[in-house]
Amino acid sequence: MSDRNPPLLSARRICRSFGQNQVLFDIDLDLVPGEVHALLGENGAGKSTLVKILSGYLSATSGDIYLDGEARRYRSSGEAEADGIVMIHQELALAEQLSVEENIFLGRELRRGPFLDRRAMRERCRAALAELETRVDPRARVKDLSTSDQQMVEIAKAITRDVRVLIMDEPTATLTEHEVEVLFELIARLRQRGVAILYISHKLREIERIADRVTVLRDGRLIDSAPMAGRSKEELARLMVGREISDMYPERTRLASDAEVVLEARDMVVPGAVKQASFTLRRGEVLGFGGVVGAGRTALIEAVLGLRARSRGEVLRNGKPVALRHLRDAVRQRIAYLTEDRKGKGLVLNMGLRPNFTLLNLRAYCRPLIDRRREEQAFQEAIERFDIRLRTQAATAAELSGGNQQKLLLAKVMSIDPEIVIINEPTRGIDVGTKHQIYHFVRELTEAGRSVILISSEMAELIGLSHRVAVMCAGVLTGVLEGEQINEHEIMQYASGIKGVGVDEPRRA
Amino acid sequence: MNRVVPDNKPVARSHASVDFKTWGPFVALLALALLGVLINPAFLGLDNLSNMLTRSAFIGIIAIGATFVITAGGLDLSVGSMAAFIAGVMIILMNSLVEQFGPGLTTILLGIGASLLLGLGAGFINGMVTTKGKIEAFIVTLGTMGIYRSLVTYLADGGTLSLDWGVRDVYRPVYYGHLMGIPIPVLVFLLVAVAGYILLNHTRFGRYCFAIGSNERVAEYSAIHVDRIKTMTYMLQGVCVALATIIYVPRLGSASGATGVLWELEAIAAVIIGGTVLKGGHGRIWGTVVGAIMLTMIGNILNLTDAISNYLNGTVQGIIIIVAVYLQRASWRKSAP
Repeated sequence: MSDRNPPLLSARRICRSFGQNQVLFDIDLDLVPGEVHALLGENGAGKSTLVKILSGYLSATSGDIYLDGEARRYRSSGEAEADGIVMIHQELALAEQLSVEENIFLGRELRRGPFLDRRAMRERCRAALAELETRVDPRARVKDLSTSDQQMVEIAKAITRDVRVLIMDEPTATLTEHEVEVLFELIARLRQRGVAILYISHKLREIERIADRVTVLRDGRLIDSAPMAGRSKEELARLMVGREISDMYPERTRLASDAEVVLEARDMVVPGAVKQASFTLRRGEVLGFGGVVGAGRTALIEAVLGLRARSRGEVLRNGKPVALRHLRDAVRQRIAYLTEDRKGKGLVLNMGLRPNFTLLNLRAYCRPLIDRRREEQAFQEAIERFDIRLRTQAATAAELSGGNQQKLLLAKVMSIDPEIVIINEPTRGIDVGTKHQIYHFVRELTEAGRSVILISSEMAELIGLSHRVAVMCAGVLTGVLEGEQINEHEIMQYASGIKGVGVDEPRRA
Repeated sequence: MNRVVPDNKPVARSHASVDFKTWGPFVALLALALLGVLINPAFLGLDNLSNMLTRSAFIGIIAIGATFVITAGGLDLSVGSMAAFIAGVMIILMNSLVEQFGPGLTTILLGIGASLLLGLGAGFINGMVTTKGKIEAFIVTLGTMGIYRSLVTYLADGGTLSLDWGVRDVYRPVYYGHLMGIPIPVLVFLLVAVAGYILLNHTRFGRYCFAIGSNERVAEYSAIHVDRIKTMTYMLQGVCVALATIIYVPRLGSASGATGVLWELEAIAAVIIGGTVLKGGHGRIWGTVVGAIMLTMIGNILNLTDAISNYLNGTVQGIIIIVAVYLQRASWRKSAP
């Protein structure tokens, strides 16, 4: 500790609650000039809340923030930015209809007299983009850029400011490998310039490469903060999860060797998202789908279900070709889909719980008018079965907690009594207890002879639950791993395109 | 997993707050009626009441269709011109059928049939262009509004289309007649309202309208045929316009480029006064009925008094629309967590 420079930005005893729910407990954190500080933790551990507090997007319930040893209380992100604390968002926060340069200088436009100084802004914008080695045109509209280019613009926006503390929340989630390399070089340059960097990532290999220091959060508490040197990924993973991972996951259902194939997709091509993918799903099996965000997993599954148009490919159910043109067709084939976007695609937030629950299978309660009594009865049964807790008097789905929303969504999806359940990121943003319940639910399903497709970005989840793991990289299904092959290292190799089929060509694109 | 669920059924608890919102339009209607009585006791006369309800039937029937469109997140600006166009075609058709069938029931039934088909077709076009063409409903129906308006002007050659006098005599009772003492337009209005209520609140179609209006993506991911349901709301709207036209034609027996002007805005106003949310997701049929009656009542009351000029009808209507929506929003705000 003694050989470190004095901290630039420090947090002391930061607590934060949302209503009754405390998500951060007495967090201390020191960011030192010229140091890359990695922040680790499971989903929901409180990382995003913490960095939002540091960068002025949220205020702490209690605790203090010091810049250069002086107490600071930021009421907005603008105040933090004025002090040189800049955050690059996980979810992109760009104005889509504006050009790249307009975005980069949004809210701090350079002016000459009362007029915009476009030339000066374009020059500085060009310089920033050149430093990032991207060929983005400053005049291009942001909505016409790819996700990874947008991410680069977001980074350019940060470095054109007088940045002293740079906070990055999973910046590489949508970047290609080359872009990640460029970003790491940039981080190295910024470090030399004396910028303090706080870096959030789930990718332990990245952290191993660039971090000087690591802080681990778990369930809102600071678990550990120490130099990175001499620590292993395994140790960090254990610190993050807090127990041996095997506790979390129930034993897998034993698969009959002759278990028949219930669903098969052949040569799927989805314009702009999936270049080539085929897979099979057997009865009683959990087929995991791994890969980075944007690898095309959701697009592939949605194309199989008829939610998205595909330009090529065939879907077979129990060996027979089926035409799924609308999700209703998939429902008729007794395939259920649990979307990853609970609020945007899963639940009608301003609707009551009962109508939300019955929306997918409403015809079961119609004769021909809706039978409210039967609807209510089925809803009460679902509350019990899925352990939906109505502790708060929730009139609409919006008022439920994340975990209960997820259970309500699960109940809704299960209301069609499916044989195949496709689950997309089932545990994003929910607490460990509910996670555990959902994992055991998956096991119940496979025990009952149903099949599950599990799309997940949480490596531990894939490894803990799947019989086989299909890995995608840049729109190509690069391989299907089985047995001993299912480990983090191997999945990463396929997910990043180092191993597997057909990876060279799309990588270069 | 045998958790005891607390007995706070969500349905039961929201009663108190929902009540005010549900009954708000009715309370306003009563207040307005009371004002009417105070201004002029003739207001409560049977003749006046039945006259007023008969007049409100056109806008009311159209507004019930509009309730579905708006609840499902759409908008139809073309209803006024659509009514004029349908009326024009109906008159031309019936006039030409007189030669063949005489001015009897056959002619009128064919006219009515044509009207319903035109309404369905016009609604279908609005629905398909908005959903398949992925164009905002505002723009599509602004376009069809202009088209129908100019078509009726063209058909009437800039003048007025008049219904054959023989047909008029037979058709007349549809507007002026009574059944069990109730004017026929009022009866049709009531039937459409009851059917609309059941459709919106007790069928899958209605539930889907709510879901689509609240969040189209969620509806799509709930295996709802979003485009189909939305198109159906426009077709329903078309049928409502056709029904309103069918009882409107015998009233004056003519149609021109000036028929049904601004009906679309009156219909939308009735829907909004009734508590339906303009951006979709929540609709109330009885609210719409009350809204339509209120709009007519304002004019009626102004007719019965000299205190405010009749020319200020639009001013009073405008104020009432804004105040009604303000009150609803205020109660929304309070009930928000």
